[in-house]
Amino acid sequence: MGSQINASREELESLVLDDSLTAKSYSNYKSAMTTLADSRFHHHPLSPPITTTPADSDPLLFPPSPPSPPSPKHDDIRSPKYSDDSYVKPPPYADVVLSPLDVDDSGFEVNGIESPNKNSEKSTFLSRSSSSSSSSSEYLKIQVSNPQKEVESSNSLVPGANTYVTYLITTRTNLADYGGPEFIVRRRFKDVVTLSDRLSESYRGFFIPPRPDKSVVESQVMQKQEFVELRRVALERYLKRLAAHPVIRKSDELRVFLQVQGKLPLVRSTDVASRMLDGAVNLPKQLIGDYSGRSVIGVQDVVQPAKGGRDLLRIFKELKQSVSNDWGGAKPPVEEEDKEFLGQKERLRYLEQQIVNASQQAESLVKAQQDMGDTLGGLGLAFIKLTKFENENAALNTQRIRAADMKNVATAAVKGSRLYRGLNAQTVNHLDTLHDYLGLMLAVDTAFADRSSALLTVQTLLSDLSSLHSKVERLKTSSSKRFGDNSRIHKMEELKETIRVTEDAKNCAIRQYERIKENNRSEIERLDRERKDEFVNMLKGFVSNQVSYMERIGNEWAKIVEDTSQYAEDSA
Amino acid sequence: MITQQRSLSGSSQSPRSPSAQPFLSVSVTDPAKMGNGVQAYISYKVITKTNLPEYQGPEKIVIRRYTDFVWLRDRLFERYRGIFIPPLPEKNTVEKFRFSAEFIEMRRQALDIFVNRIASHHELQQSEDLRTFLQADEQTMERARSQETGIFKKKPTDLMQIFKEVQSKVSDVVLGKEKPVEECNPEYEKLKHYIFELEDHLAEAQKHAYRLVKRHRELGQSLSDFGKAVNLLGACEGNALGKVFSELGAKSEMLSIKLQKEAHHLLMNFEEPLKDYVRAVQSIKATIAERANAFRQQCELAETIKLKEIDLDRLRVTRSEKLPEAERDYEVLKADGEEATRRFETIVKLMNEEIVRFQEQKTTDMGVAFHEFAKGQARLANGIADAWRSLLPKLEACSSS
Repeated sequence: MGSQINASREELESLVLDDSLTAKSYSNYKSAMTTLADSRFHHHPLSPPITTTPADSDPLLFPPSPPSPPSPKHDDIRSPKYSDDSYVKPPPYADVVLSPLDVDDSGFEVNGIESPNKNSEKSTFLSRSSSSSSSSSEYLKIQVSNPQKEVESSNSLVPGANTYVTYLITTRTNLADYGGPEFIVRRRFKDVVTLSDRLSESYRGFFIPPRPDKSVVESQVMQKQEFVELRRVALERYLKRLAAHPVIRKSDELRVFLQVQGKLPLVRSTDVASRMLDGAVNLPKQLIGDYSGRSVIGVQDVVQPAKGGRDLLRIFKELKQSVSNDWGGAKPPVEEEDKEFLGQKERLRYLEQQIVNASQQAESLVKAQQDMGDTLGGLGLAFIKLTKFENENAALNTQRIRAADMKNVATAAVKGSRLYRGLNAQTVNHLDTLHDYLGLMLAVDTAFADRSSALLTVQTLLSDLSSLHSKVERLKTSSSKRFGDNSRIHKMEELKETIRVTEDAKNCAIRQYERIKENNRSEIERLDRERKDEFVNMLKGFVSNQVSYMERIGNEWAKIVEDTSQYAEDSA
Repeated sequence: MITQQRSLSGSSQSPRSPSAQPFLSVSVTDPAKMGNGVQAYISYKVITKTNLPEYQGPEKIVIRRYTDFVWLRDRLFERYRGIFIPPLPEKNTVEKFRFSAEFIEMRRQALDIFVNRIASHHELQQSEDLRTFLQADEQTMERARSQETGIFKKKPTDLMQIFKEVQSKVSDVVLGKEKPVEECNPEYEKLKHYIFELEDHLAEAQKHAYRLVKRHRELGQSLSDFGKAVNLLGACEGNALGKVFSELGAKSEMLSIKLQKEAHHLLMNFEEPLKDYVRAVQSIKATIAERANAFRQQCELAETIKLKEIDLDRLRVTRSEKLPEAERDYEVLKADGEEATRRFETIVKLMNEEIVRFQEQKTTDMGVAFHEFAKGQARLANGIADAWRSLLPKLEACSSS
């Protein structure tokens, strides 16, 4: 006769308790909890987190009061806000009326701007810009909605074979560069990947928010609708984070992505494959502009990191360099001397470990709270059934009394169950900061990797220069009889030209390296500064939620203690 | 201790006026592990305080083990048909748990309740077997134990099996699988259905209660782990923030302990009473089976008597020599028949009284259990709220600096 947890949850939801307020709020929980249950434990902790609150209610909006999220509709861009103030003094929740409240007419949440009372908002490093150089009157609000299926227009023999999903991206801003208050475009996930790739090329050394996963496995396994919704939410979160980064929010790439109608004009990563396959000798030719009609590739393209599978020769050279760095014993021409940086790197690595650990424990805690709520609910339900049963079969008054006692306990248990689930939804909200930081630490790793590869490029070029100079020396001292004067002079000229170009490339590489070093430094500073606030807010939110929900739970049970106190007296 | 009955027992009461009010107070205490290896078992001290004349003196302490309690229960069941014999805790044969502190305490509590219920039942408390149990020395006790009679000739461990058989037989009868001899008593039918369904409902509630205990333990564990992780995280931060983190870690640890305590409290004061309720219902089912037996016996004898009467008439007509013997047999049968009827009617009368007593007792028992449940939950929730609340000003201080 045992009832499944799922079955009892449905029954719980349809339970009308005497307290109709709670009942109403509970039915609104359903969508939240479904999302919670389904998405919560199905993604890799290190990937950018899938939101755990319904579509349009962003964590930024949630002060720690009992939520009543609307059911997720794609084109419903209204987000709930709560009249509750600062959580520091938890209000008497018995009086809180739970309903979708006043909505900001734009329907958008404000990113990065802290309103005086809402320091209870969970805001992450990745989505705040309050300490950035931009004045707090500048805003860039982004919303992702309305997924639609579209067909790949290009030649496909099989109709409908190549479909993809596009999302409506709505932007509102007062940033000068945009030249307008509102923009609406349609983008597909591939475009987001492009944007992300271009940003990581242009902003090396910065802690760039990581984009959502491609999630190939999930897309196969999940229901299409569910997957699209998860992705929509993830995209929105990603774009919001970009908009909150003090430097990246000003980037052309982002602006183009948000503004330009039609096909995304961001070029895919520069393909320097062919130029490198010709060998190093041709490199200078390509740098000055070759004559076969291919586009001029600027020096700065050379100093982009070697792309996998393409810049083959360059990769081999840099690999050789790094091997000789590691094993050669000889000191590389330029090495990472910044001990302070190495110290920081170590510190951040340790921090990353602790964040991983903490976020894992946070997940277990959330699960335990969820289970507690479920079991309490199941218990309440079992007692309600028992109550009904006793009442139906009551031949004696003692049975009716017992049934009445039982009903009170059952009601308290069901209420307690709902409160636990509400508490859990908020806990998830707040502890999600930890998950966000996991994504951030990936960005940190990338930024440090940018630095290493930039350094490697410098070292490689220095090495090249050094071998070029040796060649020049050898040429000078070699016998003119072997090659003939003309040939030797010609070769010398070529070498000198190569050296000149390589010098330029080296200087460019060094500039790039220095720039990245500076980016690293300022970003570390920003990270440390903002992390402190993020974490304090996270803990504040977590703790104050516990306080307010536990108070309510305590009150429910206190009533029962009162009601059953005669039994204690009798048996004393 | 647990006695809600108004009658004699109340082990927490010390004899105020020994000669005035008759009282019988029993407690089961001091579990001790005896023996070694496979033969090991737990023994309990049973302390009896009384002023009843049938007992040897004002106080008596004996040592008893679980099988002794089983013996008592079986004897009472045999002698007092119709009365709902208080249930015993299950015999747990899983080695791992047999000697865990929690299990021993749960059992001790259940045995204590068991004896007290007997001592406060107006009929059962007069039982001679009870007196033997409470007073006899170990050898007498062992001898009594080995002299099992009736259906309980088998070893106690098989009692569960017997009850199961009885239960299935009763289910068959209740479900109408066995056609012939059933009472045509609609009210009694309702009662039987009620009892059977009640067991299912209670079992489910008890299952959830047990799970709830586990949840408390799990939440305690994960809160503790979380606190440790936050502590380590705090070590990465500067002074003020790091301190707050480690305080949070400390609070988490403290709350984790509270949760474990509450889990234990739930187990002993809420889940156990629910289990006890289930056992009580099972005991009623055994009585139902007894009643069915008695009814069947009565019917069978009535049949036999009728047949015998026909036989007698035949013998009278034929003036057979077998007549006197047959007449004597007939008289014996008549007496048996009256005995069976009497036995059956006693059971019916007793059951009616017992049902009332049972419902009363259960309302009280559950009332106490609910009270304890609510008390524990309120205490836990308030404790958690208080602990976290004390942390808020420190967090506040952190964010402004």
